[in-house]
Amino acid sequence: MSQDGAATISRRRFLQAGATAALGAHLPGPWVGRAAAQAEGPLRLGFQVHRTGIGAVYGRWYERATTAAVKLINEKGGIGGRPVEIVAEDDGTDPKRGAEVVEKLAVQHKVDFIFGTLFSHVVIASAPRAGELKIPYIVVSEGYHVASGRLNRYVFQPGITDVRAQVTAVAPWILKNLGKKVTLIFPDYAFGHDHRDFFSRVATAQGGTIRALLPIPPTETSFTKYFPRVPADTEVLYHVMVGPGVLTFVKEMGEHFGARRPQIFGFIDSLEGVDLASAGLEFLEGTYFWEAFPRYAAATMPQHVRFYRERVGVNANGASVNDPRDVSTFSHMFGCWETLFVIKRAVEQSGYKKPGAAAYRAFIETLEGFQSFPEGTEHPQGPKRFVGRLHQVFGQQVVSKVEKRRLTVIHRTAIEDSMYAPEADYTKQPL
Amino acid sequence: MTLGLHLGVLALLGVLQLVLPPFHHGMLARIMVLAAYAAGYNLLLGYVGLMSLGHAMFFAAGMYGTGLAISYLGVGVATGFLAGVVAGLAVAAAVGLITLRTAGPAFLIVTMMLAQAFYLATLYFNEITGGDQGFILSGLSLDLGGRRLPLADPVVKYNVALVVFAACLLLNFWLVRSPVGHILRALRENEERTRLLGYNTPRYKLFAVTVSGLIAAVAGSAYTLLFSYVGSTFAGIPYSIYPLLWTLLGGSGTTLGPLVGTLVMTYLVDVASSLTTGYLIVVGVTLVVTILWVPAGIVGGIRARWAPWLP
Repeated sequence: MSQDGAATISRRRFLQAGATAALGAHLPGPWVGRAAAQAEGPLRLGFQVHRTGIGAVYGRWYERATTAAVKLINEKGGIGGRPVEIVAEDDGTDPKRGAEVVEKLAVQHKVDFIFGTLFSHVVIASAPRAGELKIPYIVVSEGYHVASGRLNRYVFQPGITDVRAQVTAVAPWILKNLGKKVTLIFPDYAFGHDHRDFFSRVATAQGGTIRALLPIPPTETSFTKYFPRVPADTEVLYHVMVGPGVLTFVKEMGEHFGARRPQIFGFIDSLEGVDLASAGLEFLEGTYFWEAFPRYAAATMPQHVRFYRERVGVNANGASVNDPRDVSTFSHMFGCWETLFVIKRAVEQSGYKKPGAAAYRAFIETLEGFQSFPEGTEHPQGPKRFVGRLHQVFGQQVVSKVEKRRLTVIHRTAIEDSMYAPEADYTKQPL
Repeated sequence: MTLGLHLGVLALLGVLQLVLPPFHHGMLARIMVLAAYAAGYNLLLGYVGLMSLGHAMFFAAGMYGTGLAISYLGVGVATGFLAGVVAGLAVAAAVGLITLRTAGPAFLIVTMMLAQAFYLATLYFNEITGGDQGFILSGLSLDLGGRRLPLADPVVKYNVALVVFAACLLLNFWLVRSPVGHILRALRENEERTRLLGYNTPRYKLFAVTVSGLIAAVAGSAYTLLFSYVGSTFAGIPYSIYPLLWTLLGGSGTTLGPLVGTLVMTYLVDVASSLTTGYLIVVGVTLVVTILWVPAGIVGGIRARWAPWLP
């Protein structure tokens, strides 16, 4: 495989050399059109959004959080004195379309930056195109793919923590408070494997025992045959089931274990966009969940959290103020809000004006230089620590308990609890 | 005349890169690779009358054959491409043998089941394949006479896509006009009569499935090389349905139909998704209207009304 250092054939050179050079046409480099379109007009942010496909519920709330944040930013004078304009394109939660959307936003809409993508396969398929087009691509994905070093220097995740950090943070609490003999039930694809691998690693290092690993094939619609495989001495059942089968999963789990259940710990990803008071979820009463940001309003929550909920339009149960049945993806969508304020800060500190190699270099190096984001209106989920070499942010995690069909926060981890040894350094990659 | 038309279309695609704005330049590169995939599908549906719902496994076989060879063995682009082609050929031949005695709905169901098994295998062996997240190939360059051509370069990308599409189109063109092509069409019209005439029909069906799958694998391999991604999504059922839709829209049983169908459908999705989240309804209505008013597809309709000489 040939790597960097290969000769680049520009379109101009190709045309000059080709038999068709007489036509005299040439196609511009990646920034030329974008730079010409910007000058001092609005700052145009390309929003790659899952409006359709499997990620549509997340996409709907990502769009609401984005709209609210942009409205706030514009009310306060925009970014660097320029109003912010969102250019949204639906990627259908499809990797092929995702790469096309990145290209469309950068080349046709001539946006300054692209942000907002959630699903891992869309991020991973789109990131190479962003790298080729040399445009900052700021994802809100939660996946470990950014911090793993698999992507490129143009890809950042400064608004939401990754799954490895989340698992690393809550595993010690689970072992200490719920039990040391753990059985994991997880979907048999990448998201589940991240939990399997990272939780197992942390748990065994801290004296825990993994009693069984139960992968569930993605096409499974009934789970009854899996529960008898949970060892009898299991103290904690750790589950991360997602998708339309989750209600069946919970119902069948309740039918199998009844009152003699082990402690149960899950990730709220299973129930994002789902009302905990839904029929069939009664069995979750008294079980525990990881949350990034508490869905249910508490009397003691800080003013900036109240402000955030009000601006996005979320009621005390984490549902839309306009439709109580429309439950938010509360532990994820704040990532869009926080990402937009990180972009604001990086643009203003780097002096970014319009697309171009130098401007993007300054933006990227400024962003890589950030170390922390204080809790407040711009970062309502909590304080953050940013690791520039990983392009990844770290933050607090929350453990909540289901009580009276609501989630009540019982523990909040420190940022340090989620930190792990870096495995990548994007700053060494050329721009 | 027909060869001239096909060469003219290829020449037009070559010239278009000089005048297209950058976004459409990139879109057309992608469309040409996908049109090659549709051309492979069309060979089976349009000329043999076998409707497959499992072609994504051939496309993905090319994709994984290339991607895994480059990623794990560190081979170059040319060897990786060859690995993808061989993988596609092997999968297509195996599927051809299994489906040899099926036809109609049975063929459709068996191919769909095999493709679903292939898709689940890409998830099951996720530690190798990357599963649903997939993996990235980056920094690839084509070594051409001692000169390295980076595949990320838009000009290289476009022209490699053009070469791949041209090869698949001309192979199809030659094949359907050859004596074998006539036998394949005879299979479509009346398999029993073809058999009674002394032709070994299972052997020709195996040949058709294998070549069709091979072309799909070539497209899959090219897609991976040009767009730097391998993932199980491309082995899923939607990616078996897409070439069917592109072929039906463009014209089943016409050599240029897959290109036209892929072009129209890709732009329809692109434009409609900018306007409404219900863009799939727009796509569906377009297909229904096409099937009701122009059942032979766009190029098929042109052939029926104005140009009966179109292959």
